This record gives sequence, structure tokens and C-alpha cells, in this order.
Amino acid sequence: MATNEENSNTKKLQVRRFKPEENPEKHYLNEEKGIWAWMTTVDHKKIGLLYLGSITFFFFVGGVLALLLRTELLTPAQSFIDADTYNQVFTLHGAIMIFFFLIPSVPAVLGNFVLPLQLGAKDVAFPRLNLASYYIYVIGAAFTLFAIFTGGVDTGWTFYTPYSATTSGNVMAMTFGVFILGFSSILTGLNFIVTIHKMRAPGITWNKLPLNLWGLYATSLIQILATPVLAITLLLLTMERLLQIGIFDPALGGDPVLYQHFFWFYSHPAVYIMIVPGFGIISEVISTFSRKVIFGYWAIALSSLAIAFIGFLVWGHHMFTAGQSSLANMVFSFLTFLVGIPTGIKIFNWLATMYRGSIDMKTPMLYAQVFLFLFTIGGFTGIMLGALSVDIHLHDTYYVVAHFHYVMMGGMVMAFLAGLHYWWPKMFGKMYSEFWAKISCAILFVGFNMTFLPQFVMGAQGMPRRYFNYIDQFQSFHQFSTIGAYVMGVAFVIMAIYLVHSLLKGKRASSNPWGSRALEWQISSPPSLHNFHHVPVIVNGPYDYHKPMSEFQLGIAASHNGHHAEEAVSVSQSEKEQA
Amino acid sequence: MNRLSEFMLPPAKSTLAAETDALFHFINVTSIILLAGITFAIIYFSWKYRRRSEDDVTPVITHNNKLEITWSVIPLILVMIVFGWGFTGYLNLTTAPDDSYEIRVVGKSWLWEFHYETGHVSVNELHVPVNRPVKLIMSSDDVLHSFYIPDFRVKMDVLPNRYTSVWFEAIETGESIIYCAEYCGNAHSNMLATTYVHSVEDFETWLETAGSADDDMDPVELGEQLVTRNACDTCHSTDGTRLQGPSFQGLWGSEREMQDGEIVTVDENYVRESILEPNARITAGYDPVMPSYSGTLSDRQIDAIIEYLKTLQ
Repeated sequence: MATNEENSNTKKLQVRRFKPEENPEKHYLNEEKGIWAWMTTVDHKKIGLLYLGSITFFFFVGGVLALLLRTELLTPAQSFIDADTYNQVFTLHGAIMIFFFLIPSVPAVLGNFVLPLQLGAKDVAFPRLNLASYYIYVIGAAFTLFAIFTGGVDTGWTFYTPYSATTSGNVMAMTFGVFILGFSSILTGLNFIVTIHKMRAPGITWNKLPLNLWGLYATSLIQILATPVLAITLLLLTMERLLQIGIFDPALGGDPVLYQHFFWFYSHPAVYIMIVPGFGIISEVISTFSRKVIFGYWAIALSSLAIAFIGFLVWGHHMFTAGQSSLANMVFSFLTFLVGIPTGIKIFNWLATMYRGSIDMKTPMLYAQVFLFLFTIGGFTGIMLGALSVDIHLHDTYYVVAHFHYVMMGGMVMAFLAGLHYWWPKMFGKMYSEFWAKISCAILFVGFNMTFLPQFVMGAQGMPRRYFNYIDQFQSFHQFSTIGAYVMGVAFVIMAIYLVHSLLKGKRASSNPWGSRALEWQISSPPSLHNFHHVPVIVNGPYDYHKPMSEFQLGIAASHNGHHAEEAVSVSQSEKEQA
Repeated sequence: MNRLSEFMLPPAKSTLAAETDALFHFINVTSIILLAGITFAIIYFSWKYRRRSEDDVTPVITHNNKLEITWSVIPLILVMIVFGWGFTGYLNLTTAPDDSYEIRVVGKSWLWEFHYETGHVSVNELHVPVNRPVKLIMSSDDVLHSFYIPDFRVKMDVLPNRYTSVWFEAIETGESIIYCAEYCGNAHSNMLATTYVHSVEDFETWLETAGSADDDMDPVELGEQLVTRNACDTCHSTDGTRLQGPSFQGLWGSEREMQDGEIVTVDENYVRESILEPNARITAGYDPVMPSYSGTLSDRQIDAIIEYLKTLQ
């Protein structure tokens, strides 16, 4: 039995094939019932779904706020809300979308659900800590909602001093909410790192780790190293407001530029907390739907780590006009371009993976293609903003707004939707309407470009961001953009309808509807409460589509975990069955 | 090309604008070529290699060193060009010639003050000579602002605790809009000003006569002009609309409740105090956001504003 021997030099394992049970009666969704079982669950899959519910709620709130903003901007002067409300709405739109949707979206929802499955583990390393992270997130969110209802916050999501130190409104509750939220992020990152290091199934060496996990690993590193700086910054901000200690406020002897350094030292890496896990999803989706070995495994894996590392050194590119020295500007500009290279490498690797593949343009793959196109635009416009002289003109205009929406929404949200549609059958054991999913994706694509392409032009023409009123020259651009936002709203409504329909009346999904080789598809859909009733053994890379499916469903034959499986079948036999 | 450039960018009205624009176009053109290639590859591969049967066998291509080095090195060269180009442009933008004409700029929520060598102060109107480098030395009286003239491709944050500067040399006479580009509160988007580029002679004349034309004006008329010229109307309407501050309509002689509960009659002394020390007593329901006009408005000008307020019943 050749497969056994290549497994390990020192230890021989008796393995056999474990075929996943199709449409199991008992699975993680129905094994424990009742609201209390959900609230106190330590199951990583359920915690992932709790997060999914929460971020869907916040995405809805943030989206409605965005539509309010766009509606107000239909006319150059006041349309239906006053300046103060407008400022609160754009602050909340940014803060909610970033802190309560984007940052937890992929790691906490899809990461929680998929990470142990891809490792062949029964759960994350610290399941209770995982649940605690969720509740910390909820408490942070509660503080933020409290801030909204007790005066609101109108500082922008960046809380720049000295404005944030002087404005009325409940800045303290809001920053405290974000402060608490940071701990959720740190603990999730810690949990993931330990899990990836310690709980890989036999045979998952570092070069067989799915790229999704490389993405999550790089993300977790950033979460652990960068988030404390945000916590420190917000704490100092609170001390300044509460105790009048001069740190950032010039009136008290502080320096507002120091605040910007502190803030972006976290918030620029945070951009990578949002996008790097997206890269992982895209790698999984493209190889699965091309049914082909991923091109440049190590290039993709290491470029994620490279981005995570260089990402720590470019924060100053948010401050080219802020009054930092020319030398600092030069260094930050230079390093910014260096981040572009690993990102470009990834794009080319994904394209090369599609080359001579067997491409099935299912919804997740369609989202991955949308991602490639929109994220590339986001990347190129990032190069534009990294160029010092051009950035002087474009900084703080709608060009920047369009750029980061292309990266965050065109990149991250599309990657998240690709992942959501990809793992949906695994999560709920149900299929969604492929037809409506593609329609919705197409509408979203059109709406997105209608909304944000005009903003590049507006910004280059000089329209500053965060403007309640604007000069008449920009009205047609703004109106076009607003219509695009409504179109996107329609796409999301369609998505909500077909996903709910899928939950209620969807066709049952098979254990592996996409024919993927990845480990999470080698168990039933939905998985049982403890994922694996056997210890899975990995002999091939996660993208070895040239190897037969049977080699991806191996597990240790001797049952030692109390679960009694069926009679053992040797690998060679099952291979014969395949043939 | 010119029409596309006009569509994408504001008119280039300073000596350095053309250099910034050239880099802008270079990055755009290169990006569009690369984007077109990538998009073509996406569409072509998706069609050409579409799945024909469930038993499709795909080749095992794990990597290709030559190809990977190519697509790492070419972008690296391109971004290094962009970096060098952007940085030299930036150095030009930040190095003002020694003979620059200096004007002091103060950003306040929500107006721009321009102080000239003669001591004259103009609000929300920047007057500069054409074909002469002008250096603005800027600071803020309160929160962060950012001084932005799209036509000149210059922008610089204005800070409360240090001086920052921009310089430009206008190449044609005319008007250009000035924005505040750093979010500074409720009237952030109304913190607009205009640059008036004069011929050298016109500029000299303007500088000599600025302010003196007010001398023989009727006080009410002067007050009305001062209210516009000093951007009072950014926050105080004259038709009863509630903006950042109380409307001027019906203000004179009325009794107003302050934040601490004190009832104040709006008379000469209260108006004067509100202009020079605006945060001493704040009307209930409003925020203490008004900057002081001490040193900007003379006693005679305050008198004129009072006369004007009396007419707004």
C-alpha cells in the first residue's frame, strides 16, 4: 500500500477510505435544539453562523445608511436630511461597514466555519474562547448602538483629532465599542494561529495547507500585532477627552499628526485584515471550478505573508498631505509600491490557474471573476494614489472613495460572496437557485460600476469627500452614482430572497456538489456536530485534481475515538472500485 | 486626448499642473492596457476552457519560473518608474522658489482668512498675481482643515499647532475654486473660497485699494457686504433658516436663552461680544463652533454689521 508509506517516515498508519454520508439525518444544525443551545454553543460552525447573522444585520444597516447618503447627494444643496445628520450617517456607514462587517466577515464567519474542517479537526483549539470572542463582538456592537442613540457621532470613522476631541455627540461610547471589538478580533486571530499550528490532521504539512488557511494565517498575524495599537490609540483618545491629558489635542499641548500615525498604524494593516482572507477564498474557488492544480502555490501563500509584513510599513501613505516630512513621504510611497507587487503576482497566478482548466462558471466562480476585474481596478488606482505628486491632487477626494470601495467592496465583498455561495451547500445542506444567483451577481456588477466609476472622474475633477453640499458641476456624476447604488440595493434584495428560499425550500445538496478535492467537501453536507468521525489522513495537496477522489477521503482505519465506523476497506480496493 | 483630459481633470492653471497630469495619464494608460489584457484573459479562458464534460482532465502545471519572474519584474520596473516620477514631481511641489510672494492663510471653522503684507485681511477671497510664485504659509485656529486648489493641483493640510505651506505659480488670470478637503464639521462642504488671479498691475492696484472702498459706504450696505465677505452667512442665514448658528432674521432686540439658562437681550454689546469672543455665551441648542473675528474686523466694521442686523426684522 504505497499511500501508507509515503505518509510518514517514522510512523506507519493503517488508512482506509471514508465515504461521506449523503444527506445525513443528524447534523450540526439539528443535533442540539433550542435557542439556549445556540447561545451557548462552542461549535465553531454554529459560532460562524451566529457571526453570519450578526454581520448580515450590520451589512443591512450600513447599506441602508449608504442609500441615505446617496439619496441626499442627488441635489447639490440639502435634499432631505441636514448637514449634521449627514455627517453622522457617513460616520456610521464607515464605522459599521469596517468594524462590524468587513473585519469580521471572512475570518469570523467563513474562517470559523471552514478552518477546522479544512484542517480535519473537530473544532478550533479554544472553543470556549471562540464563543467568548463572539460575545465580545456583541458587547462592542451594543456600545456602538448605544452611541448612535445617545447623540450620535459625526467624526468620520477615522475619529481624527482635534475634531473628535471637541465635537458634541457620544464619541466615547463609540470608541469604547470599537476598543472592545478589537479584543474579539485579537482572540479570534490567536485561536486560528494555534489551531493551524497544532490541530492539522496527519499529513497536512505546510505545503499541503489550503491557501485559504494561508490567507487566514496571515490575517491572524496582522490581527494580533496591529489591533492592540488601535486599542492603545482609542484609550489615549478617551483619556484625553475624559481626563484632559494632552496627547493629540493641540489645545492641551498634544499633536494631531501623532494621532494619525497611531490610527493608521492599525488601520492600514486592517485593510489587509479585510482583503487577505479574501485572497484565500479566491484561490479555493478558482482551483475548484477550474478543476486544476493551483498555479504557483508557494507564490500565493508567501505573497499573503509578504503583504501582511509590508502592510505594516506603509501607513504613512494616508498622510502625504498631513504635514509629515518629505523623507517620510518618500519612504512610505516607495514601500507602498512594493505591496503592489505581491498583489499583482496573485492576480497572474489565478489567471494561470484558469489556463487550460475545466472551467465551470457556477455562481462562486462568477463572483471570483468579478473580484478579479474589480480588484484589479482597485489595485491600479492604488498605484495612482501611491504616486506622490498625483496623490497631492487626489488625496481626500472622491477618487480615494472610489478606490477603496473598489478594493473593499469590489474586492473583499465579492470574495466574501464567492465564499458564501461556495460554502453555502456545506453550511446548510441546501442548494440555491443558480439562475437567480447569477442574475443577482450581474446586477450587482453593473450597479457597482455605475456607483463608483463616476466617482473616479469626480474625484480627479476635484470633488472633495465627506461633502454634504457640492458645486453644481458634479451633479450629473452624483445622480448617476446614486442610481447605481439603488441598482446594487436591488441585487442584494434578490440575493436575500433566493438565499432565504434556499434555506426553506432549496434542493438538498450533496456532500461535494462542486467536485472539490478540499477536505471540507469530503464530509457530509451539513457536517455532523463533530465534523469527522474518523481521523482524516492527507496524502495529496488540496488542489491535486489529477489524483482520484478516493485518495482525498482517507482516514485512520483503527477507530480509537469511541466512534465505531463501518468495516475497514483498504485503499487499493477502493481505488479499484473507482476505476 | 485633450477632450478626455478635460473630462478627467480640471483645467491646468499652474506651472506644475502639467507634470502631475502627465503622470496621471501615464498611470491611466498603462493600467488600462494591463486591465484590458487581464479582462481579455478572464473572458477568453472562461470560454475557451469551459467545462465540456465532468470527466475533463486538466494538466498539472504547478509553476513556471520564467513566467513568474517576468510578471514580477515588469510590474516592479513600472512601479519604480511611477515612484521616481511621482517623487520628483512632489519635490517640485514642495520646494517654493526663494522669491515667492508670501501670503498668510488661516483656516477657521468654516472660513479661510488671507493676510497680506499690507496688513489687509480678506476672507474667502485669495488674490494673487499671475506668473509669480506665491507661497502660502498656513495654520488653523481650531481643528484640521486642508487647503485645496484643484486647478493648481496643490493640497496641504492646515494644522492648529504648526505652520504648513503650499506654493504655486498661476499661468493665467481668472478664478479658481478653493476647497477644504479635510473633514471639519457641519459646514465643511461650505468652507469654499475663490482664488482671483490678477495681472501684476491689477494685483498691485487691488492691494493698495483693498478695504478703502468701504469708507464712503452706507453703514447698512457695508454691514450686508461684510456679512457675505466674512462668511458669516455660511452659518447664519438672513431668512430664518436654521444653519450652524442662529439666523440673523428677527435676532436684533430679541431675548435669547443661553446654554446656562441666562436670558440675554441681543443688543450692541452682545453682538460685539459674539463677534470678538463668540464662545463666551452660546445660545441654547447650538454648539460652540464659531471662530473669533478679533483682529479681522475693526470696530467700525462691527458697527456696520450691527446696523445691518437692525434691518433684519
